[in-house]
Amino acid sequence: MENQEKQFRLNVTRRHFLTKAGLGFGSAALGSMLFKDQLFGADAQSSIPLGLAQYAPKAKRIIYLFQNGAPSQLETFDYKPLLNKMHGEELPASIRMGQRLTGMTANQEKFPLVGSSFGFSQHGKSGAWISELFPNIASIADDICIVKTMNTEAINHDPALTFFQTGAQQGNRPSMGAWMSYGLGSENSNLPSYTVLLSRGRGNGQGVYSKLWTNGFLDSVHQGVVFSSGDDPVLYLNNPEGHDKQSRRDMLDQLAKFNAEAFDNFGDPEINTRIKQYEMSYRMQSAVPELTDLSKESDNTIKMYGPDCLVPGTYAANCLLARKLSESGVRFVQLYHQGWDTHGNLVNDMRMQAEDVDRASAGLIKDLKQRGLLDETLVIWGGEFGRTNYCQGKIDGANYGRDHHPKCFSIWMAGGGIKPGTVYGETDEFGYNTIKDPVSVHDFHATVLHLMGINHEQLTYRHLGRRYRLTDVAGQVVNGIIA
Amino acid sequence: MMIPIQLKKASKKKILVVSAGLMLIGLTLYFITSGKEEEGGVPDVVDFNFHVRPILSDRCFKCHGPDANKRQANLRLDTEEGAYAALKEDPSKHIIVPGDPMQSALYARLITADTAEVMPPPSSNLSLTKNEIEIIKKWIAQGAKYKKHWSFIAPVRPKVPEADEDLNPRNPIDHFIFTTLDKVGLEPNAEASKEALLKRVSMDITGLPPTIEQQERFLADKSPNAYEKIVDELLASKHYGEKMAIQWMDLARYADSHGYQDDGLRTMWPWRDWVIHAFNSNYPYSKFLTWQLAGDLLPNPSKEQLLATGFNRNHKITQEGGVIDEEYRIEYVTDRTNTVGKAFMAITLECAKCHDHKYDPVSQKDYYSMFAFFDKVPEKGLVGTIDASFADPPSMKISTADVSSILAFINKKDTMDVSVMVMKDSVGIRETQLLRRGVYDQKADTVQMATPASILTYNPKKYEQNRLGLAKWMIDPQNPLTARVYVNRIWHELFGRGLVKTSGDFGMQGELPSHPELLDWLAVEFRESGWDIKKLIRLIVTSSTYRQSAQRTSDKFQKDPDNKYYSFFPRLRLSAELQRDLLLTASGILNPEIGGPSVKPYQPKGVWEATTSGRGELAKYIQDKGDKLYRRGLYNFIKRTAPPPALLIMDASTRDQCEVTRSRTNTPLQALVLMNDPQLLEAARVLAQRTSNLNLSEDQKLDRLFRLVLCRKANEKEMKMLKGYYLQEKNKFIQQKDKAEGFLKAGEFEQIKTKNIAETAALMQVNQMIFNLDETTVK
Repeated sequence: MENQEKQFRLNVTRRHFLTKAGLGFGSAALGSMLFKDQLFGADAQSSIPLGLAQYAPKAKRIIYLFQNGAPSQLETFDYKPLLNKMHGEELPASIRMGQRLTGMTANQEKFPLVGSSFGFSQHGKSGAWISELFPNIASIADDICIVKTMNTEAINHDPALTFFQTGAQQGNRPSMGAWMSYGLGSENSNLPSYTVLLSRGRGNGQGVYSKLWTNGFLDSVHQGVVFSSGDDPVLYLNNPEGHDKQSRRDMLDQLAKFNAEAFDNFGDPEINTRIKQYEMSYRMQSAVPELTDLSKESDNTIKMYGPDCLVPGTYAANCLLARKLSESGVRFVQLYHQGWDTHGNLVNDMRMQAEDVDRASAGLIKDLKQRGLLDETLVIWGGEFGRTNYCQGKIDGANYGRDHHPKCFSIWMAGGGIKPGTVYGETDEFGYNTIKDPVSVHDFHATVLHLMGINHEQLTYRHLGRRYRLTDVAGQVVNGIIA
Repeated sequence: MMIPIQLKKASKKKILVVSAGLMLIGLTLYFITSGKEEEGGVPDVVDFNFHVRPILSDRCFKCHGPDANKRQANLRLDTEEGAYAALKEDPSKHIIVPGDPMQSALYARLITADTAEVMPPPSSNLSLTKNEIEIIKKWIAQGAKYKKHWSFIAPVRPKVPEADEDLNPRNPIDHFIFTTLDKVGLEPNAEASKEALLKRVSMDITGLPPTIEQQERFLADKSPNAYEKIVDELLASKHYGEKMAIQWMDLARYADSHGYQDDGLRTMWPWRDWVIHAFNSNYPYSKFLTWQLAGDLLPNPSKEQLLATGFNRNHKITQEGGVIDEEYRIEYVTDRTNTVGKAFMAITLECAKCHDHKYDPVSQKDYYSMFAFFDKVPEKGLVGTIDASFADPPSMKISTADVSSILAFINKKDTMDVSVMVMKDSVGIRETQLLRRGVYDQKADTVQMATPASILTYNPKKYEQNRLGLAKWMIDPQNPLTARVYVNRIWHELFGRGLVKTSGDFGMQGELPSHPELLDWLAVEFRESGWDIKKLIRLIVTSSTYRQSAQRTSDKFQKDPDNKYYSFFPRLRLSAELQRDLLLTASGILNPEIGGPSVKPYQPKGVWEATTSGRGELAKYIQDKGDKLYRRGLYNFIKRTAPPPALLIMDASTRDQCEVTRSRTNTPLQALVLMNDPQLLEAARVLAQRTSNLNLSEDQKLDRLFRLVLCRKANEKEMKMLKGYYLQEKNKFIQQKDKAEGFLKAGEFEQIKTKNIAETAALMQVNQMIFNLDETTVK
């Protein structure tokens, strides 16, 4: 009888929870973070999160190296020698075709084309053209797929970033990582399923904002958790002064006793959930510092990422940390690296930015590969839009700048089901328009979800009378980049 | 024995159904239909609004509903004419033949096994359950009668039903609630203990816990109206307005920064002070609404009326260089339109921005007709880049002279004038045009100001062609939504769920009311009382329904797992702000000052700094000092791009846009905040030091701490546990004096000397434990 009662309460908890959390599969999945043992441990329900997968997932986890501020495609992966030939000449109207411009260049009288000051050469079996700024990324050309024909609807940073991360330029929609957490849950019950790492380069920066890792209308358990380089790698993680592990343990034991009394009195299943949350927070207190301690990495590893990886808060350190988080089962690790907004002074800024990210980005791929993790980890590298093929303002000797350009830009992806050693899509000779295989942001999202085993049209959440998707009402899986 | 069967059924659904979307429908229906259908039955009399429309709306209207552009096969099921029409391909057949399902093409298409014929088509990922098909069949058999959507029919005061006098119904609310409980075989709980009731009603009305003095006074008061006296005392408190403001600030998306990118400072806080003042003055809701929507259009508007219109300027404003001005101006008008739709009407107007609404009778033209009310503001999309302005025009200046006379409720100490954004219409400034696909430069037909006719016709003789006319339309006794939406919101605040669970959506995709008659009774009562908000709250909190205890039994779980029938009072976690207010009050460090510029209390290092580009006034978080650290949670500075993490972790709104309901999650990060936030450690420390110096025995001290925080006396068992823990900690701190000293350093609040450090540290430890109890954070 007692057993029956217990089972009953357990079931009510589950059901109560499912209702409350919005009734999706994902809410079931988030249970893996919330109270794995109680609800989703050994019983049949543990298959629920997997039930969402429409296809065999090719990737289990994502690391997204977001290059915030928008690196120029013309100095990275989209080689356009014509621009060097036509350097200083006016952008033909037949190429611009009335494309809208930002407020920064809309009133410009002339649109002089500028060629890249950096040399390009071909790499890997695909013969991908890669700028001399990225020798390390060039060395992994056979592992990556360069998409040259990304395009977006936004032409300013805030809406473009928001669009990339949430599928809409405006509105408080859930971010990609929140959708993943909702849909697939966490693989590690001691860590959040969605983490965010922030760094800033030496170039012209554009800030980030918490709405980029928001849970939107999903439960806040799906919010990205920022891991910082400060004393508290996760906010509020550390015990206060005068408190050690033992005194925390003692307090939790007392709390559990009192809370158990409350449960007997009120019969409210939330109380038991709360007891579990305190236990998990205690486990996080050990698990997180172990994870964020980079001091025990081998020399070989440090060499791959570069010596900066030992300096907390740098892009390199975040790449290394991303590998460790991912390896530990964090579903979605989102990095942001500021500094790519090269309206002026592009030559110098690009050089510094490339120095900061080239080695560590490639190092991450090599490291995942040598650990046998690349196959199941999808790595994405890219910004929120591209840059114009014409100069912002006047060309000043060897110096120039480029404004925002939404119609084509380059990103690369690797691992987790991506066809390695490929270049996808073609842009025109001016690096301005797409002539073959355009990839929209919605297509990109649909593809990423597909690689994670999710049909983007079926991962939905009903909010205020409507079913929302990451891909809104659009999106086609880009089969050409899938292995 | 019923229960395992039901649960099994639910789990079976989960496994069978492939898509998340379908899963959602399964469960939603499972919970919204009344007892009988849950078991797979069909009601004797099928009602269009309660049984049929939810199915048609959710599964059919997307392609056969109000959206003319997406309508398939020119067939619509949302109107009687559409549904009774002859089939195009075979005029001898009809979609629905009232009274004859077998002759109705609709039914045939639901039951066919032919995947090319079946509706909804497999590609939609939607389908109907067998039971739902049976409901449709019976509805057709019974005559297939259509009705206007329930929330679009103006409420009429229903007759109050008889309730069992033994259950002690105190007012009509109880009559409605108890009658329904009786139908589902449940009884209400007995009244909660006086202590529990006092904490609950205090947290609900003022958001602050009762002092020990209040607790003792209430316990000692044996008069029959002791509780009502307390309620009146609380409603008269100046902290009532603060508590009420929190919910309104979420709806109004109030924040202290502009919200995009580098996110500069704005000074909207005098508007927030007005909201507190309006609630404390018990302005009728009709006036509260009218001033916010159209204070500037009233004859000879006062400065106060002008200030109230700041409601419509709380939206985000960009300061990103290079944006296209018109794109953002349109964005602001859109935000106002959507916010007014959600906050006052609970209609998701935004769905009709790009196309006709797929579920509700709101066309794209209706959307832009609403949009037109907010489109006459002389404003720009981009006034300037970061720190260009703390209040973009149109704005008003508030001077020290104003504050010492007509605007005395504003807590302005600085002698500098403060600018606040307000509304203004410029006649002839622009024509409002429909925007194709909602895109700012795709202008189409010109539209006039109007509201969706399906709700209540916008009669130009009754209502002016401006926001003042809109306000009059809102509070027209024939408006079916305004009163219902507000009473539901108050109910939601008090019971944790609305009588309409989807407080922000009274449209066809919203849930049906659990107690439609009670909702209508309350709405009419509220309107006829002169929209008296305090009276409404008093009515609810003095009902027996509200005064029930929170204990639940497995019988109640079985019959009503969600407690939608209110057979016990729900245990609800306090909001982020109120948890903080409770602990600071209990510790005696709360600064009860009302209003003024928002404050910056302790916050982990780097939260602002890690996200900023370095530009602007708000690039660095400069923590306040002294008294400002101990203000109530609602005064916490909200920088939208990096909101206060402790609040956000506790499910507070990011204030990015109008938020109708906060989620209530239960996460490990919340545990970390409650255990390690320096603000709470400091509160525990000060309380320990002060208690340590009282001339009381150890037992009395522990009893006092417990009582201050939990608002009740500890029972014997709890006292024993407390004492045991206290002694254990005291011994430990005697052994490790340095740890005690370190522990007691918490916070900037002045250190209070105590005789015995180990005792004080142990008391602090006990406080910390008490702060973290589940019961502490529950109202």
